[in-house]
Amino acid sequence: MSLFLIAALPFLGAVFPALLIRAGRNASSMAAGSVTLLALVGLLINAPAVIRGEVITARLDWLPWLGLNANFFLDGLGLLFAGLILGIGLLIILYARFYLSREDPMGQFYTYLLLFQGAMVGIVLSDNILLLLVFWELTSLSSFLLIGYWKHLPEGRQGARMALAVTGSGGLAMIGGMLILGNIVGSYDLTVILQNKELIQSSPLYLPALILILLGCFTKSAQFPFHFWLPHAMAAPTPVSAYLHSATMVKAGLFLMARMWPVLAGTSEWFYIVATTGLVTMLLGAVIALFKDDLKALLAFSTVSHLGLITMLLGFGTKVAAMAAVFHIVNHATFKAALFMTAGIVDHETHTRDIKKLGGLRHLMPLTFTIATIASLSMAGIPPFNGFLSKEKMLEETVHTVWMGSHYLVPALAVLAALFSAAYSFRYIWHVFMGPVRHSYPAHPHDPGPGLWLAPGFLVTLVVLIGLFPNTMVGPLVETAGNAVIGGGHEHFHAKIWHGFTPALYMSMIATVGGIALLMSQRRLAAVWDAARRPEAKEIFDALIAAVTRASQWFTDALHNGALTRYAAIFVVFTLALAGYAYSTGTMAAPTREMLPVSAMPIVGWICIMGATACVVAFHRNRLLALVLMGIVGLVVSMGFNYLSAPDLALTQISVEVVTIVLLLLALNFMPKETPVESTPARRIRDVVLSVTAGLGVGGLIYALLGRDFSAPSIADYHLENSYSGGGGTNVVNVILVDFRGFDTFGEITVLGIAAVVIYALTEAILSSRVRARLLNRVMDTPQAGDAHPLMMVVATRVMMPIALMVAAYIFFRGHNLPGGGFIAGLIAAIAVIMQYMASGFGWAAERQRIPYHGIIGSGVLVAAVTGMGAWFNGLPFLTSAFGYVHIEPLEEFELATAALFDLGVFLAVVGAVMLALESLARFAWQPGIIPEHPMDINPERDEDGPQTSGQEA
Amino acid sequence: MIIYAIYFAFTCFGAALLMNLWMIATAEGIGDRVLALDTMVINSIAILILYGLTQGTEIFFEAAMIIAMLGFVSTVAYARFMLRGNIIE
Repeated sequence: MSLFLIAALPFLGAVFPALLIRAGRNASSMAAGSVTLLALVGLLINAPAVIRGEVITARLDWLPWLGLNANFFLDGLGLLFAGLILGIGLLIILYARFYLSREDPMGQFYTYLLLFQGAMVGIVLSDNILLLLVFWELTSLSSFLLIGYWKHLPEGRQGARMALAVTGSGGLAMIGGMLILGNIVGSYDLTVILQNKELIQSSPLYLPALILILLGCFTKSAQFPFHFWLPHAMAAPTPVSAYLHSATMVKAGLFLMARMWPVLAGTSEWFYIVATTGLVTMLLGAVIALFKDDLKALLAFSTVSHLGLITMLLGFGTKVAAMAAVFHIVNHATFKAALFMTAGIVDHETHTRDIKKLGGLRHLMPLTFTIATIASLSMAGIPPFNGFLSKEKMLEETVHTVWMGSHYLVPALAVLAALFSAAYSFRYIWHVFMGPVRHSYPAHPHDPGPGLWLAPGFLVTLVVLIGLFPNTMVGPLVETAGNAVIGGGHEHFHAKIWHGFTPALYMSMIATVGGIALLMSQRRLAAVWDAARRPEAKEIFDALIAAVTRASQWFTDALHNGALTRYAAIFVVFTLALAGYAYSTGTMAAPTREMLPVSAMPIVGWICIMGATACVVAFHRNRLLALVLMGIVGLVVSMGFNYLSAPDLALTQISVEVVTIVLLLLALNFMPKETPVESTPARRIRDVVLSVTAGLGVGGLIYALLGRDFSAPSIADYHLENSYSGGGGTNVVNVILVDFRGFDTFGEITVLGIAAVVIYALTEAILSSRVRARLLNRVMDTPQAGDAHPLMMVVATRVMMPIALMVAAYIFFRGHNLPGGGFIAGLIAAIAVIMQYMASGFGWAAERQRIPYHGIIGSGVLVAAVTGMGAWFNGLPFLTSAFGYVHIEPLEEFELATAALFDLGVFLAVVGAVMLALESLARFAWQPGIIPEHPMDINPERDEDGPQTSGQEA
Repeated sequence: MIIYAIYFAFTCFGAALLMNLWMIATAEGIGDRVLALDTMVINSIAILILYGLTQGTEIFFEAAMIIAMLGFVSTVAYARFMLRGNIIE
């Protein structure tokens, strides 16, 4: 089966359990199981070739210019790990089906599990380190979901957060390390990197890359001092713990160290960092594990200890040690997964995991007792189980290891760790299953159904078989995998139970005897241990996280305190600093353009705009006056556009101006008419200095730009040349909007529509809150004139409406060839309707508005989209426009263009958006008491009986 | 000959614009200022048409027309705001 498919299957299959849970829990677990089984079968089909020594590859260029390719390869190491991940995954799926209760959302569980499985398979099969990093992060994320699966438990959520924080930050460091590595070699392909040992180890960047990559590995594999997250991750359901902490998540770090072993190992830096960390972790984990009363915590720290063991073996840097590491990875996965599952069974049956409340279970649960005993003895390193074989190999290796000139340090500490390891393994048997039967278990325990014991039973069978026949059972696999770790050369794998009287045997005996002795005195030692003061990792971690949170909160609040003036000041200062840097380091060519002569009228315009601006500064506290002054600026800018041959812009500017004034007047109704003095004089001086500097800077920049030619050729010529021939219109501005840049315009009208709908939604939210009552009881601060809907205004706007709409139509249709277009036409049409609202009031106008504005916005976007999609039917890309010329007697020849339809979409979207926004704002002032029957205050149809009035006076 | 007439008209409307500006800056109360702004809009229409005449092009006609039509609306909005405080009741 293709490697792509093997890596993709868990991801593709992840949807099925979530969907099939509706058909029952069996269907859901069967779906997850069959996907995993399929991937496992696909992997095993490739196994014979890999065992023969071939490397299977699958390559697909994804983003080659970034060096990121979806390349996969399968060698011995990949086969071993993928086999463990998928094989144990299958057992876990079976186990979890019977472990989870009815209340647990099982579909979700299997979906998370498959996502995690896919990410893990991706890591071990990747032939591209960037791709590997992607999968690496995916394991962090999906394990977060798995650990926090029991969302209702605070421990679950905290454990998941801690695991994500630790492994995620390690992953961040690893990204840096991998990028350095890729830069040294000049390729991100693993197979290429693995060929370049000398190049990497002679590089000055070797040490930084090594440390960063190891940070990633150590955090993932819970090595000291990052080991603390693993016990807290035990808050997850037991199947998750069994999967993550025996075969997968924590082995990812080991996998990567093994994968990078050929190029990173062999130096003294590697030895002292990796071997020392492994040794410390092994010892520390073993010691803590002995004193844990929670079954899963005991297993968690034993996992930490065994991970340390494997790390240490990899750190030794010798080929025999690497082979032993690979062997122990297999053995640890089998017995530890089985142990976790038995712990889960005990928890499931007795409803407690506290060792102090357990004991004497061997008569009540004989089957579980057998399984747990075999797995524990293997963990303790007792023959003839597989744990003994790899522990012997480890002890043998320590004898040959010299640490800082000392021959005895490493073996002595390793024996001590093995001693503690034996002690906690015996404790798992002795304190849980041996001893007298109690009558105080929280639930009455008995052996579970086959669903729960089949998976661990299968695993302990492997434990025994590998222990008895190591070379037949796993010899070829371990040998191929080990040789893949070693890289060059060929190392033979051979394991047997009886080696003769070697140092390792004596060390094993010391460990076993010492372990039993230690167990005898465990109760007394535990009292001493509990009384001793130790640093609590979780407290330190929580304090660290809290400090980091406080620091970033302080920093964010300092920058982002809610005052607009502060954001503006920070922005201006930063821009000024950038500009100052650019000015002081860059070069500026001499002016190449002549200044044009200035005639009288532009000077008048200049005086107007400068005078108005100066007045805004002087009178800005009077808000209405500031608005009037801004009207001057808008008018002069519009005139300037005309003068500088941009009539389209001038039309747009003037119509936007009107809409803006209406909008601001609507808002001013609810705001103080004066801006109060709020800031101190010093701050005002600071603001003046900043704004004057920035203004002068922008002015100077524009002045400099105007005097010079652009360094790159302008794109204007292209548009001018192709507007008529390509877009069928002579108005280049409009052709750019609806054709050249049609996609931009499409996005913009969508955003415009969304903005209008958001304004509507905000209005709805505010008006349905308590604010509504205050608005209704509002008293105007200024006296109001009598006429709410004056006759003159109503008549004038009624007459204006058809004229304005006609102008809008005219502007719309001529837009393709002369100044105009859908946007301006939309604004004019909207203004024509707003006039009716202003004249006859909200209630009257809204009653006559039958098409909702949301619908108008939607139809606009839809018309534009459908027009754009029309191009697909001609085999052209989205929004390719078409046009043709039609001649119908007696009319002149005229043009039909799809761009006009697109422009219609723009028109509708603009009308709808402007009206929806203004109508929403107007609703704030609407009073239910005044729905006039007539469009104006006086009814002109009054009869002889006397004057009839309506509205407010009525 | 017409060019002199246009220049004369330019001078007049230019002076008018400056007077409008003066009025907006110094007038008492908001009413006079809005009136001055409205006058300024009307003067701008005239200048736009005159500019079209000097350039011999019709392209500014529509701009002038729309300013005429829409300038009215903003003045009405200001007037309603001053009279009633609320422009859409």
